[in-house]
Amino acid sequence: MKGVKSMKEMWKGNHAIAEGALRGGLEFYAGYPITPQTEVMEYLSYRMPELGRHFIQAENEIAAINMVFGASATGKRSMTGSSGPGISLKQEGISYMCYNDLPCVIVNVQRWGAALGTLDSSQTDYLRDTRGGGHGDYRLIVWAPNSIQETVDLLYEAFEKSEEYRNPVEIYSEAALGQMMEPCEMPELKERGYDLDWSWDGTDRDHKRVAQQDKPAHHKAKYKKIIENEQRWESVETDDAEYVFVALGLPSRVARDAVKRLRADGEKVGLIRPIAIWPYPVKAFEELHEGVRGFLSIESTDMGQHVEDVALAAKRGFEANIPVYLHATNQKIPKVKEVIEVYRQMKKGELKEAF
Amino acid sequence: MAVARKIPKIMETPTAFCAGCGHGILNRLIAEVLEEKGYEKNHIMILGVGCDCNMNFTWGGDKLQCAHGRATSAARGAKYGRPDTLIISYQGDGDAYVIGFSDTMNVAYVNANITTFVVNNTNYAMTGGQMSWTTMPGQSTTTSVAGRDCESTGTPIKVPEIIAGNFDVAYVARGSLHSAKEINKTKKYVRNAIEAQLNQEGFSLVEVIAQCPTNWRVSTMDANEWMKEKVIPYYSLGEFKKRGGDEA
Repeated sequence: MKGVKSMKEMWKGNHAIAEGALRGGLEFYAGYPITPQTEVMEYLSYRMPELGRHFIQAENEIAAINMVFGASATGKRSMTGSSGPGISLKQEGISYMCYNDLPCVIVNVQRWGAALGTLDSSQTDYLRDTRGGGHGDYRLIVWAPNSIQETVDLLYEAFEKSEEYRNPVEIYSEAALGQMMEPCEMPELKERGYDLDWSWDGTDRDHKRVAQQDKPAHHKAKYKKIIENEQRWESVETDDAEYVFVALGLPSRVARDAVKRLRADGEKVGLIRPIAIWPYPVKAFEELHEGVRGFLSIESTDMGQHVEDVALAAKRGFEANIPVYLHATNQKIPKVKEVIEVYRQMKKGELKEAF
Repeated sequence: MAVARKIPKIMETPTAFCAGCGHGILNRLIAEVLEEKGYEKNHIMILGVGCDCNMNFTWGGDKLQCAHGRATSAARGAKYGRPDTLIISYQGDGDAYVIGFSDTMNVAYVNANITTFVVNNTNYAMTGGQMSWTTMPGQSTTTSVAGRDCESTGTPIKVPEIIAGNFDVAYVARGSLHSAKEINKTKKYVRNAIEAQLNQEGFSLVEVIAQCPTNWRVSTMDANEWMKEKVIPYYSLGEFKKRGGDEA
């Protein structure tokens, strides 16, 4: 009902992804089953016909992204989703979408590892997803929520952002975030309500694409604008922090708790939580005070992936070479106690820096 | 009496295909049917990857370049986006039958309401004449220099027969461009395929046997003879599936 604040309800992460996308105007979905993301398509398979929208269970991930390519070109708000292995299969299609300046939303509910990997929650797709992922020089706008509410809020905005820049937006989720339940408030259904004037309608109107020879300059300008305008992050207790944790997604919740406990002990620690992981929030580093003595990337990877962006951002923010440390927890979400222990080692100089 | 034939507006820009190539003829047939049907400004050509990429610069109607083999999947998405627009995928045999075999089979399997034209010139022409699944037994290509060995590479694939024999689709036919008579028949198949989509009957596919003198390394006229003698006896022409009980 209009004007009445809708109640918070318990939502499972993957169902919230599906409903959040629908509230944001999703009209077309094509996907293929994969754990731990399947509930997204299960939910959409009955919910989309209810709303008069279109769902396709595709024969494979490659067909799914190419169906999205066709639906997006014709102006429909389109989405596909998968987990790591499936997103690998979609990369050629994603590359085509970026080359053709087509909007869409891609959801990656990550599982751990290369190849088949395992079903454990992880962030091991970080480098692939933040560097474009397929062939050619392009990027996706990638958002990494750390709660189910934030997942919904980001999805609600994703189609508009994707249309604003004519570039895909990815929601970078994690197995545990897709599987767990949290209280969540759903926004009202919205629709675009107008035609995208460049979309394919059969009349051969201007699709506002640029010629091949102008593509490099065009893409450079587009991504520059995204870098300038779309950095998103949350800073916690960084004003006087000597050590700054940097974490995204579920590990950021652990890092936040660790900051709280360490602050209670009088330790000067803070947290930068990138919400957009591309474009990476370099501005968060640039606004730090000069007394920072070290950064610690806390992430669910094996060898450290996000830590590379922390090092690059630290280089941008500081003339001095601030050490960058890594706490990578493989298939696990880090624990607060563990983070506090790593912090103490780092402070004592017992931890070898990564960069 | 001589009849003045108007060049379809869609074909105003000269094609960029090799001399003697069949693509130009098929382009023309499709363009003529689109104009007859009043769809010259209400269609999207979903282009495969191969010689058909040339149409990005010459086809005078709406067109969308897709990834190799995926034109039918993209067409399926586009048909949802524009249900009242004619959605046509235009592909080569390597695109639709080899790398895109799965996509082609699956749109047929679900009887998606789109139309697919496949130019079968028995080789990968754009990349300089490699063996395709449609290459004739003994045919020399750059990857079957001594002639295609069917024992190790399979026999030439007959996708229209596979689809017509197994899936509940609207229309399947195979035409050829080696003579005026067959070109006229092929135009009829093109029209029937497009009408199938307009009538909401579902998936329609027309395979068109086309000349490729460049990669066959023969003259234009010899290409027609070779088609007639070697290709057509294997790839039989006609309509394989039609709605309304009119199955050939």
